Amino acid sequence: MAIHRGRGFACINYPIGMNLGGDPAQALVHSTPDGKFMVALSAIDLGQGMKSVTRQIAAETLGVPVEDVYVDTADSDTGPHDMGSFASRGTHRVGNAVIRASAEARKQMMEAAADELEVNAADLTTDGRGNIHVKGAPSRSITVADTATAAQFKQGRTLSGRGIFLIPPSDADPDTGEMTPVTCFAHAALVIDVIVDDETGEVEVTEINSAYEVGRALNPRLVEQQLIGGAWMGVSHALYETTEPYYPDRSHGPEDFNTYLMPGPGQIVPHHIAVLERPAEDAPFGGKGPGEMCANPVLPAIANAIYNAVGVRCDRLPITPEKVLRGLQANGGARPQGGNNGATQGGSMPQGQR
Amino acid sequence: MAKVPLTFTLNDAEIGVFVVPGSNLLDVLRRGAGDLTPKEGCAQGACGACTVLIDGVPHLSCLTLAEMAEGRRISTTGGLAVGPELHPLQTAFMEGFAAQCGFCTAGMLMSAKALLDQTPNPTRDQVIEAISGNLCRCTGYEPIVDAILTAAAKMQGRTA
Ligand code: FES
Ligand code: FES
Repeated sequence: MAIHRGRGFACINYPIGMNLGGDPAQALVHSTPDGKFMVALSAIDLGQGMKSVTRQIAAETLGVPVEDVYVDTADSDTGPHDMGSFASRGTHRVGNAVIRASAEARKQMMEAAADELEVNAADLTTDGRGNIHVKGAPSRSITVADTATAAQFKQGRTLSGRGIFLIPPSDADPDTGEMTPVTCFAHAALVIDVIVDDETGEVEVTEINSAYEVGRALNPRLVEQQLIGGAWMGVSHALYETTEPYYPDRSHGPEDFNTYLMPGPGQIVPHHIAVLERPAEDAPFGGKGPGEMCANPVLPAIANAIYNAVGVRCDRLPITPEKVLRGLQANGGARPQGGNNGATQGGSMPQGQR
Repeated sequence: MAKVPLTFTLNDAEIGVFVVPGSNLLDVLRRGAGDLTPKEGCAQGACGACTVLIDGVPHLSCLTLAEMAEGRRISTTGGLAVGPELHPLQTAFMEGFAAQCGFCTAGMLMSAKALLDQTPNPTRDQVIEAISGNLCRCTGYEPIVDAILTAAAKMQGRTA
Protein backbone atom coordinates (compact mmCIF):
# COMPACT_ATOMS: atom_id res chain seq x y z
CA MET A 1 0.00 0.00 0.00
CA ALA A 2 1.50 3.27 -1.01
CA ILE A 3 0.96 6.91 -1.75
CA HIS A 4 1.70 7.71 -5.38
CA ARG A 5 2.52 11.10 -6.78
CA GLY A 6 1.36 12.12 -10.22
CA ARG A 7 1.40 15.15 -12.43
CA GLY A 8 -1.16 16.01 -15.08
CA PHE A 9 -1.32 18.62 -17.78
CA ALA A 10 -4.22 20.21 -19.65
CA CYS A 11 -4.61 23.15 -21.95
CA ILE A 12 -7.63 24.90 -23.38
CA ASN A 13 -8.71 27.16 -26.23
CA TYR A 14 -11.70 28.82 -24.74
CA PRO A 15 -14.49 30.57 -26.68
CA ILE A 16 -15.60 33.93 -25.28
CA GLY A 17 -19.36 33.88 -25.82
CA MET A 18 -21.16 31.92 -28.54
CA ASN A 19 -22.58 33.38 -31.75
CA LEU A 20 -24.92 30.55 -32.68
CA GLY A 21 -28.22 32.34 -32.08
CA GLY A 22 -27.12 35.97 -32.28
CA ASP A 23 -25.86 37.50 -29.09
CA PRO A 24 -26.84 41.10 -28.29
CA ALA A 25 -26.01 43.11 -25.18
CA GLN A 26 -27.25 46.63 -24.46
CA ALA A 27 -26.22 49.45 -22.17
CA LEU A 28 -27.73 52.84 -21.37
CA VAL A 29 -25.70 55.67 -19.85
CA HIS A 30 -26.95 58.99 -18.52
CA SER A 31 -25.60 61.70 -16.29
CA THR A 32 -27.18 63.11 -13.17
CA PRO A 33 -27.47 66.93 -12.93
CA ASP A 34 -24.22 66.99 -10.92
CA GLY A 35 -22.17 65.14 -13.48
CA LYS A 36 -22.16 61.57 -12.15
CA PHE A 37 -22.82 58.90 -14.74
CA MET A 38 -25.22 56.00 -14.33
CA VAL A 39 -24.75 52.87 -16.43
CA ALA A 40 -27.88 50.71 -16.67
CA LEU A 41 -27.34 47.05 -17.57
CA SER A 42 -29.39 43.89 -17.40
CA ALA A 43 -26.39 41.56 -17.33
CA ILE A 44 -25.96 40.97 -13.63
CA ASP A 45 -22.90 40.61 -11.45
CA LEU A 46 -22.75 37.17 -9.83
CA GLY A 47 -19.58 38.08 -8.00
CA GLN A 48 -17.31 37.78 -11.02
CA GLY A 49 -16.77 41.54 -11.13
CA MET A 50 -19.01 42.66 -13.99
CA LYS A 51 -19.96 45.84 -12.16
CA SER A 52 -16.35 46.79 -11.44
CA VAL A 53 -15.15 46.10 -14.96
CA THR A 54 -18.02 47.85 -16.76
CA ARG A 55 -17.55 50.79 -14.40
CA GLN A 56 -13.89 51.02 -15.40
CA ILE A 57 -14.78 50.71 -19.08
CA ALA A 58 -17.42 53.45 -18.84
CA ALA A 59 -15.11 55.82 -16.92
CA GLU A 60 -12.28 55.28 -19.38
CA THR A 61 -14.54 55.91 -22.39
CA LEU A 62 -16.30 58.91 -20.87
CA GLY A 63 -13.01 60.38 -19.66
CA VAL A 64 -14.26 60.89 -16.10
CA PRO A 65 -13.02 59.56 -12.73
CA VAL A 66 -14.13 56.00 -11.97
CA GLU A 67 -15.60 57.29 -8.68
CA ASP A 68 -18.14 59.29 -10.69
CA VAL A 69 -19.59 56.25 -12.46
CA TYR A 70 -22.28 53.99 -11.01
CA VAL A 71 -23.38 50.71 -12.54
CA ASP A 72 -26.94 49.59 -11.95
CA THR A 73 -27.81 46.00 -12.80
CA ALA A 74 -30.79 45.88 -10.52
CA ASP A 75 -33.71 44.92 -12.69
CA SER A 76 -33.91 43.21 -16.06
CA ASP A 77 -37.55 44.44 -16.39
CA THR A 78 -36.55 48.09 -16.40
CA GLY A 79 -32.99 47.87 -17.74
CA PRO A 80 -32.00 47.55 -21.40
CA HIS A 81 -32.15 44.03 -22.84
CA ASP A 82 -29.19 41.70 -22.46
CA MET A 83 -28.81 37.98 -23.16
CA GLY A 84 -27.33 37.59 -19.68
CA SER A 85 -24.31 36.69 -17.60
CA PHE A 86 -23.24 33.31 -18.98
CA ALA A 87 -21.08 31.72 -21.68
CA SER A 88 -18.15 33.82 -20.47
CA ARG A 89 -19.53 36.69 -22.53
CA GLY A 90 -19.81 39.44 -19.91
CA THR A 91 -16.64 41.44 -20.29
CA HIS A 92 -16.58 41.11 -24.06
CA ARG A 93 -20.24 41.61 -25.05
CA VAL A 94 -21.42 43.91 -22.28
CA GLY A 95 -18.13 45.79 -22.21
CA ASN A 96 -18.45 46.57 -25.92
CA ALA A 97 -22.03 47.81 -25.43
CA VAL A 98 -20.86 50.02 -22.55
CA ILE A 99 -18.12 51.51 -24.74
CA ARG A 100 -20.70 52.48 -27.38
CA ALA A 101 -23.17 53.95 -24.91
CA SER A 102 -20.41 55.85 -23.11
CA ALA A 103 -18.97 57.19 -26.36
CA GLU A 104 -22.36 58.63 -27.30
CA ALA A 105 -22.76 60.20 -23.84
CA ARG A 106 -19.24 61.61 -24.06
CA LYS A 107 -20.04 63.22 -27.41
CA GLN A 108 -23.05 64.99 -25.87
CA MET A 109 -21.00 66.01 -22.85
CA MET A 110 -18.35 67.55 -25.09
CA GLU A 111 -20.98 69.41 -27.13
CA ALA A 112 -22.57 70.81 -23.99
CA ALA A 113 -19.15 71.89 -22.69
CA ALA A 114 -18.34 73.46 -26.08
CA ASP A 115 -21.50 75.57 -25.85
CA GLU A 116 -20.52 76.78 -22.40
CA LEU A 117 -16.91 77.55 -23.36
CA GLU A 118 -17.94 78.94 -26.77
CA VAL A 119 -15.44 76.76 -28.62
CA ASN A 120 -15.62 73.90 -31.09
CA ALA A 121 -16.31 70.50 -29.43
CA ALA A 122 -13.55 68.95 -31.53
CA ASP A 123 -11.03 71.18 -29.76
CA LEU A 124 -11.96 69.87 -26.31
CA THR A 125 -10.52 67.04 -24.27
CA THR A 126 -11.02 65.51 -20.82
CA ASP A 127 -8.39 65.21 -18.11
CA GLY A 128 -9.93 62.16 -16.45
CA ARG A 129 -10.16 64.08 -13.17
CA GLY A 130 -13.54 65.66 -13.77
CA ASN A 131 -12.57 68.55 -16.08
CA ILE A 132 -13.06 69.32 -19.75
CA HIS A 133 -10.64 71.78 -21.31
CA VAL A 134 -9.42 73.18 -24.61
CA LYS A 135 -6.61 71.02 -25.98
CA GLY A 136 -3.29 72.65 -25.16
CA ALA A 137 -4.99 75.24 -22.93
CA PRO A 138 -5.89 73.56 -19.61
CA SER A 139 -6.96 76.89 -18.10
CA ARG A 140 -9.87 77.22 -20.53
CA SER A 141 -11.88 74.57 -18.78
CA ILE A 142 -15.21 73.61 -17.25
CA THR A 143 -15.92 70.82 -14.81
CA VAL A 144 -17.98 67.82 -15.84
CA ALA A 145 -20.35 68.71 -13.00
CA ASP A 146 -20.91 72.26 -14.30
CA THR A 147 -21.31 70.89 -17.81
CA ALA A 148 -24.02 68.49 -16.68
CA THR A 149 -25.82 71.21 -14.73
CA ALA A 150 -25.69 73.62 -17.66
CA ALA A 151 -26.87 70.93 -20.09
CA GLN A 152 -29.84 69.95 -17.99
CA PHE A 153 -30.91 73.30 -16.51
CA LYS A 154 -29.84 75.79 -19.21
CA GLN A 155 -29.40 74.05 -22.56
CA GLY A 156 -32.23 71.56 -22.10
CA ARG A 157 -30.30 68.52 -23.27
CA THR A 158 -29.35 65.19 -21.76
CA LEU A 159 -25.88 63.75 -21.49
CA SER A 160 -26.77 60.19 -22.36
CA GLY A 161 -25.87 57.35 -24.62
CA ARG A 162 -27.26 54.10 -25.98
CA GLY A 163 -25.09 51.15 -26.84
CA ILE A 164 -25.75 47.77 -28.36
CA PHE A 165 -23.23 45.13 -29.32
CA LEU A 166 -24.61 42.41 -31.54
CA ILE A 167 -22.79 39.38 -32.81
CA PRO A 168 -25.07 38.11 -35.59
CA PRO A 169 -25.91 34.40 -35.63
CA SER A 170 -23.43 32.25 -37.50
CA ASP A 171 -24.71 29.41 -39.71
CA ALA A 172 -22.56 26.61 -41.00
CA ASP A 173 -21.68 26.76 -44.70
CA PRO A 174 -23.57 23.77 -46.15
CA ASP A 175 -20.63 22.80 -48.39
CA THR A 176 -17.66 23.24 -46.11
CA GLY A 177 -19.22 23.25 -42.64
CA GLU A 178 -17.28 26.41 -42.00
CA MET A 179 -18.72 28.85 -39.47
CA THR A 180 -17.79 31.51 -36.97
CA PRO A 181 -19.20 30.27 -33.67
CA VAL A 182 -17.07 32.62 -31.58
CA THR A 183 -15.30 35.93 -32.10
CA CYS A 184 -12.34 35.49 -29.82
CA PHE A 185 -10.61 32.84 -27.80
CA ALA A 186 -8.89 32.88 -24.44
CA HIS A 187 -6.29 30.26 -23.57
CA ALA A 188 -4.82 28.47 -20.59
CA ALA A 189 -2.45 25.68 -19.62
CA LEU A 190 -2.28 23.98 -16.24
CA VAL A 191 0.04 21.57 -14.48
CA ILE A 192 -1.54 19.84 -11.51
CA ASP A 193 0.16 17.62 -8.94
CA VAL A 194 -1.76 15.02 -6.97
CA ILE A 195 -1.15 12.23 -4.54
CA VAL A 196 -3.22 9.07 -4.78
CA ASP A 197 -3.57 6.57 -1.96
CA ASP A 198 -3.84 3.13 -3.55
CA GLU A 199 -5.37 1.68 -0.41
CA THR A 200 -8.26 4.11 -0.01
CA GLY A 201 -8.48 5.47 -3.54
CA GLU A 202 -8.33 9.00 -2.16
CA VAL A 203 -6.91 11.74 -4.33
CA GLU A 204 -5.46 14.95 -2.96
CA VAL A 205 -4.48 17.86 -5.18
CA THR A 206 -1.20 19.22 -3.83
CA GLU A 207 -0.34 22.03 -6.21
CA ILE A 208 -1.64 23.88 -9.25
CA ASN A 209 0.57 25.85 -11.60
CA SER A 210 -1.26 27.69 -14.34
CA ALA A 211 -0.88 30.21 -17.11
CA TYR A 212 -3.96 32.03 -18.37
CA GLU A 213 -4.18 34.29 -21.41
CA VAL A 214 -7.26 36.49 -20.97
CA GLY A 215 -6.59 39.40 -23.30
CA ARG A 216 -5.87 42.50 -21.27
CA ALA A 217 -6.52 41.93 -17.57
CA LEU A 218 -8.84 44.92 -17.11
CA ASN A 219 -8.77 44.50 -13.34
CA PRO A 220 -5.79 42.30 -12.44
CA ARG A 221 -6.86 41.62 -8.84
CA LEU A 222 -10.32 40.54 -9.97
CA VAL A 223 -8.79 38.30 -12.62
CA GLU A 224 -6.56 36.62 -10.05
CA GLN A 225 -9.47 36.25 -7.63
CA GLN A 226 -11.64 34.66 -10.29
CA LEU A 227 -8.88 32.28 -11.40
CA ILE A 228 -8.17 31.09 -7.86
CA GLY A 229 -11.82 30.63 -6.95
CA GLY A 230 -12.62 29.04 -10.30
CA ALA A 231 -9.78 26.54 -10.06
CA TRP A 232 -11.01 25.56 -6.63
CA MET A 233 -14.42 24.92 -8.14
CA GLY A 234 -12.73 22.82 -10.84
CA VAL A 235 -11.06 20.71 -8.15
CA SER A 236 -14.43 20.36 -6.47
CA HIS A 237 -16.10 19.21 -9.70
CA ALA A 238 -13.27 16.82 -10.49
CA LEU A 239 -13.19 15.04 -7.15
CA TYR A 240 -16.33 15.70 -5.15
CA GLU A 241 -19.46 17.21 -6.58
CA THR A 242 -22.27 15.33 -8.24
CA THR A 243 -26.03 15.50 -8.28
CA GLU A 244 -26.17 11.91 -9.50
CA PRO A 245 -26.43 9.17 -6.90
CA TYR A 246 -23.57 6.73 -6.45
CA TYR A 247 -25.84 3.82 -5.58
CA PRO A 248 -28.34 2.38 -6.35
CA ASP A 249 -30.84 4.98 -7.55
CA ARG A 250 -31.77 8.66 -7.43
CA SER A 251 -33.27 8.53 -3.97
CA HIS A 252 -29.73 8.12 -2.63
CA GLY A 253 -28.60 11.31 -4.34
CA PRO A 254 -27.73 14.52 -2.56
CA GLU A 255 -30.62 16.84 -1.77
CA ASP A 256 -28.95 19.64 0.14
CA PHE A 257 -25.67 21.02 1.43
CA ASN A 258 -25.53 18.29 4.07
CA THR A 259 -25.24 15.53 1.49
CA TYR A 260 -23.69 17.40 -1.45
CA LEU A 261 -19.97 16.95 -1.14
CA MET A 262 -17.73 20.01 -1.47
CA PRO A 263 -14.21 20.68 -0.27
CA GLY A 264 -13.83 23.16 2.56
CA PRO A 265 -11.16 25.55 3.77
CA GLY A 266 -9.11 22.55 4.92
CA GLN A 267 -8.57 21.51 1.30
CA ILE A 268 -7.00 24.70 -0.03
CA VAL A 269 -4.57 23.96 -2.84
CA PRO A 270 -1.52 26.18 -3.44
CA HIS A 271 -2.06 27.76 -6.83
CA HIS A 272 0.54 29.76 -8.73
CA ILE A 273 -0.81 31.78 -11.62
CA ALA A 274 0.82 33.56 -14.50
CA VAL A 275 -1.55 35.88 -16.36
CA LEU A 276 -0.46 36.54 -19.93
CA GLU A 277 -1.94 39.55 -21.67
CA ARG A 278 -2.59 39.52 -25.39
CA PRO A 279 -5.25 42.17 -25.93
CA ALA A 280 -7.93 41.04 -28.40
CA GLU A 281 -8.79 43.44 -31.19
CA ASP A 282 -12.56 43.20 -30.92
CA ALA A 283 -12.61 43.15 -27.12
CA PRO A 284 -13.23 46.18 -24.87
CA PHE A 285 -9.77 47.65 -24.23
CA GLY A 286 -8.49 44.21 -25.24
CA GLY A 287 -10.06 42.33 -22.32
CA LYS A 288 -11.60 38.94 -23.06
CA GLY A 289 -12.27 37.92 -19.46
CA PRO A 290 -11.47 34.56 -17.84
CA GLY A 291 -15.05 33.28 -17.57
CA GLU A 292 -15.74 29.61 -17.06
CA MET A 293 -12.28 28.81 -18.36
CA CYS A 294 -11.01 29.30 -14.82
CA ALA A 295 -12.61 25.97 -13.83
CA ASN A 296 -12.73 23.84 -16.99
CA PRO A 297 -9.13 22.76 -17.62
CA VAL A 298 -8.66 21.77 -13.98
CA LEU A 299 -10.78 18.64 -14.49
CA PRO A 300 -8.80 16.96 -17.30
CA ALA A 301 -5.52 17.95 -15.66
CA ILE A 302 -6.54 16.13 -12.48
CA ALA A 303 -7.74 13.09 -14.44
CA ASN A 304 -4.37 13.01 -16.24
CA ALA A 305 -2.48 13.39 -12.96
CA ILE A 306 -4.34 10.42 -11.48
CA TYR A 307 -3.48 8.33 -14.53
CA ASN A 308 0.11 9.43 -14.21
CA ALA A 309 0.16 8.46 -10.52
CA VAL A 310 -1.50 5.04 -10.58
CA GLY A 311 -2.34 4.20 -14.19
CA VAL A 312 -6.09 4.47 -13.70
CA ARG A 313 -7.94 6.28 -16.48
CA CYS A 314 -11.22 7.71 -15.12
CA ASP A 315 -13.57 9.14 -17.72
CA ARG A 316 -16.55 9.78 -15.45
CA LEU A 317 -16.75 12.63 -12.97
CA PRO A 318 -16.37 13.09 -10.13
CA ILE A 319 -13.35 10.87 -9.66
CA THR A 320 -14.38 9.34 -6.35
CA PRO A 321 -12.20 7.02 -4.25
CA GLU A 322 -14.52 4.20 -5.34
CA LYS A 323 -13.80 4.78 -9.02
CA VAL A 324 -10.07 4.91 -8.38
CA LEU A 325 -10.20 1.67 -6.38
CA ARG A 326 -12.23 -0.09 -9.07
CA GLY A 327 -9.68 1.02 -11.64
CA LEU A 328 -6.83 -0.22 -9.47
CA GLN A 329 -8.60 -3.53 -9.03
CA ALA A 330 -9.13 -3.91 -12.77
CA ASN A 331 -5.45 -3.19 -13.38
CA GLY A 332 -4.30 -5.57 -10.67
CA GLY A 333 -2.85 -2.71 -8.62
CA ALA A 334 -1.19 0.63 -9.09
CA ARG A 335 0.77 1.14 -12.29
CA PRO A 336 2.60 4.41 -11.87
CA GLN A 337 3.28 5.84 -15.32
CA GLY A 338 6.47 7.50 -14.11
CA GLY A 339 8.72 9.59 -16.26
CA ASN A 340 6.77 12.65 -15.33
CA ASN A 341 8.81 15.12 -13.39
CA GLY A 342 11.00 15.94 -10.46
CA ALA A 343 7.94 16.20 -8.26
CA THR A 344 7.41 12.45 -8.26
CA GLN A 345 10.56 11.65 -6.34
CA GLY A 346 10.57 8.19 -7.82
CA GLY A 347 6.86 7.84 -8.39
CA SER A 348 5.53 6.16 -5.30
CA MET A 349 6.55 6.02 -1.73
CA PRO A 350 5.52 4.00 1.26
CA GLN A 351 2.65 5.26 3.36
CA GLY A 352 3.57 7.68 6.08
CA GLN A 353 6.37 9.31 4.15
CA ARG A 354 4.49 12.01 2.35
CA MET B 1 -50.53 30.92 18.06
CA ALA B 2 -50.21 33.72 20.59
CA LYS B 3 -47.04 35.68 20.13
CA VAL B 4 -44.66 36.05 23.03
CA PRO B 5 -42.52 39.08 23.87
CA LEU B 6 -38.78 38.77 23.40
CA THR B 7 -36.09 41.26 24.38
CA PHE B 8 -32.40 41.11 23.58
CA THR B 9 -29.48 43.33 22.70
CA LEU B 10 -28.67 43.46 19.00
CA ASN B 11 -25.22 44.94 18.55
CA ASP B 12 -25.74 48.12 20.65
CA ALA B 13 -29.50 48.39 20.43
CA GLU B 14 -32.15 47.10 22.82
CA ILE B 15 -34.67 45.13 20.80
CA GLY B 16 -38.18 44.20 21.84
CA VAL B 17 -40.29 42.11 19.48
CA PHE B 18 -43.22 39.75 19.58
CA VAL B 19 -42.45 36.36 18.11
CA VAL B 20 -44.37 33.22 17.32
CA PRO B 21 -43.10 30.60 19.75
CA GLY B 22 -40.71 28.27 17.97
CA SER B 23 -39.52 30.89 15.45
CA ASN B 24 -35.87 30.67 14.57
CA LEU B 25 -33.52 33.47 15.51
CA LEU B 26 -32.53 34.18 11.90
CA ASP B 27 -36.13 35.03 10.95
CA VAL B 28 -36.53 37.19 14.03
CA LEU B 29 -33.33 39.10 13.30
CA ARG B 30 -34.18 39.65 9.65
CA ARG B 31 -37.93 40.18 9.77
CA GLY B 32 -38.52 41.20 13.37
CA ALA B 33 -35.47 43.34 14.05
CA GLY B 34 -34.85 44.33 10.44
CA ASP B 35 -31.17 43.34 10.45
CA LEU B 36 -30.64 41.84 7.01
CA THR B 37 -26.92 41.19 7.48
CA PRO B 38 -27.23 37.52 8.56
CA LYS B 39 -28.07 35.48 5.45
CA GLU B 40 -30.14 32.38 4.96
CA GLY B 41 -28.20 29.95 2.79
CA CYS B 42 -29.64 26.54 3.63
CA ALA B 43 -31.86 26.94 6.71
CA GLN B 44 -30.61 23.62 7.98
CA GLY B 45 -27.28 24.25 9.64
CA ALA B 46 -24.98 23.28 6.79
CA CYS B 47 -23.64 26.50 5.28
CA GLY B 48 -22.82 29.00 8.04
CA ALA B 49 -24.22 32.02 6.16
CA CYS B 50 -26.49 32.78 9.14
CA THR B 51 -23.72 32.76 11.77
CA VAL B 52 -24.24 35.32 14.56
CA LEU B 53 -22.61 35.64 17.97
CA ILE B 54 -24.65 35.06 21.10
CA ASP B 55 -22.72 36.46 24.06
CA GLY B 56 -19.63 36.26 21.85
CA VAL B 57 -20.04 32.61 20.82
CA PRO B 58 -20.85 31.77 17.18
CA HIS B 59 -24.23 30.17 16.59
CA LEU B 60 -26.12 29.15 13.47
CA SER B 61 -29.10 31.44 13.85
CA CYS B 62 -31.22 29.34 11.47
CA LEU B 63 -31.09 26.48 13.99
CA THR B 64 -31.43 28.63 17.11
CA LEU B 65 -34.80 29.08 18.75
CA ALA B 66 -35.50 32.78 18.99
CA GLU B 67 -36.59 32.48 22.61
CA MET B 68 -33.04 31.43 23.51
CA ALA B 69 -32.00 35.01 22.76
CA GLU B 70 -34.02 36.39 25.69
CA GLY B 71 -31.83 38.81 27.61
CA ARG B 72 -28.70 37.86 25.64
CA ARG B 73 -26.32 39.89 23.53
CA ILE B 74 -26.49 39.17 19.79
CA SER B 75 -23.77 40.43 17.45
CA THR B 76 -24.14 40.51 13.69
CA THR B 77 -22.12 41.94 10.83
CA GLY B 78 -24.44 44.94 11.00
CA GLY B 79 -22.66 46.00 14.19
CA LEU B 80 -19.07 45.49 13.08
CA ALA B 81 -18.41 48.96 11.70
CA VAL B 82 -18.24 51.88 14.13
CA GLY B 83 -19.80 54.78 12.26
CA PRO B 84 -17.88 55.06 9.01
CA GLU B 85 -14.94 53.06 10.46
CA LEU B 86 -14.96 49.52 9.12
CA HIS B 87 -13.86 46.71 11.44
CA PRO B 88 -10.31 45.54 10.55
CA LEU B 89 -11.81 42.23 9.38
CA GLN B 90 -14.07 44.05 6.95
CA THR B 91 -11.17 46.12 5.65
CA ALA B 92 -8.99 43.04 5.25
CA PHE B 93 -11.76 41.16 3.41
CA MET B 94 -12.22 44.11 1.08
CA GLU B 95 -8.55 44.73 0.41
CA GLY B 96 -7.77 41.02 0.13
CA PHE B 97 -10.57 40.35 -2.39
CA ALA B 98 -12.03 37.80 0.04
CA ALA B 99 -15.57 38.11 -1.32
CA GLN B 100 -17.03 37.56 -4.75
CA CYS B 101 -20.81 37.10 -4.60
CA GLY B 102 -20.60 38.00 -0.90
CA PHE B 103 -23.27 35.60 0.28
CA CYS B 104 -20.96 33.80 2.71
CA THR B 105 -19.23 36.97 3.85
CA ALA B 106 -21.41 37.96 6.80
CA GLY B 107 -21.13 34.47 8.29
CA MET B 108 -17.39 34.31 7.62
CA LEU B 109 -16.88 37.67 9.33
CA MET B 110 -18.75 36.58 12.45
CA SER B 111 -16.91 33.24 12.70
CA ALA B 112 -13.66 35.15 12.26
CA LYS B 113 -14.61 37.75 14.84
CA ALA B 114 -15.41 35.07 17.42
CA LEU B 115 -12.00 33.53 16.76
CA LEU B 116 -10.04 36.78 17.02
CA ASP B 117 -11.90 37.84 20.17
CA GLN B 118 -10.70 34.64 21.86
CA THR B 119 -7.43 34.07 19.98
CA PRO B 120 -5.89 37.34 18.83
CA ASN B 121 -2.88 35.63 17.22
CA PRO B 122 -4.32 32.56 15.53
CA THR B 123 -2.32 30.12 13.46
CA ARG B 124 -3.40 29.39 9.91
CA ASP B 125 -4.82 26.06 11.07
CA GLN B 126 -6.86 27.77 13.78
CA VAL B 127 -8.33 30.12 11.19
CA ILE B 128 -9.23 27.20 8.93
CA GLU B 129 -10.79 25.40 11.90
CA ALA B 130 -12.80 28.50 12.85
CA ILE B 131 -14.38 28.87 9.40
CA SER B 132 -14.74 25.16 8.69
CA GLY B 133 -18.50 25.45 9.22
CA ASN B 134 -18.82 28.24 6.67
CA LEU B 135 -19.22 27.26 3.04
CA CYS B 136 -17.97 29.54 0.27
CA ARG B 137 -18.77 28.79 -3.33
CA CYS B 138 -16.66 31.48 -4.97
CA THR B 139 -13.30 32.28 -3.47
CA GLY B 140 -11.59 28.94 -2.93
CA TYR B 141 -11.23 30.02 0.75
CA GLU B 142 -7.58 31.04 0.51
CA PRO B 143 -8.27 34.80 0.22
CA ILE B 144 -10.59 34.51 3.23
CA VAL B 145 -8.00 32.75 5.38
CA ASP B 146 -5.39 35.29 4.31
CA ALA B 147 -7.71 38.20 5.10
CA ILE B 148 -8.44 36.91 8.61
CA LEU B 149 -4.70 36.51 9.29
CA THR B 150 -4.07 40.01 7.93
CA ALA B 151 -6.78 41.48 10.16
CA ALA B 152 -5.39 39.66 13.19
CA ALA B 153 -1.95 41.07 12.50
CA LYS B 154 -3.34 44.59 12.02
CA MET B 155 -5.30 44.42 15.25
CA GLN B 156 -2.09 43.38 17.04
CA GLY B 157 -0.15 46.17 15.36
CA ARG B 158 1.91 43.74 13.28
CA THR B 159 2.17 43.37 9.54
CA ALA B 160 1.07 39.93 8.33
S1 FES C 1 -28.63 29.23 6.81
FE1 FES C 1 -27.99 28.60 8.76
S2 FES C 1 -26.39 27.24 8.35
FE2 FES C 1 -27.16 27.69 6.36
S1 FES D 1 -18.07 34.89 -1.88
FE1 FES D 1 -19.67 33.79 -2.85
S2 FES D 1 -20.06 32.23 -1.37
FE2 FES D 1 -18.29 33.16 -0.58
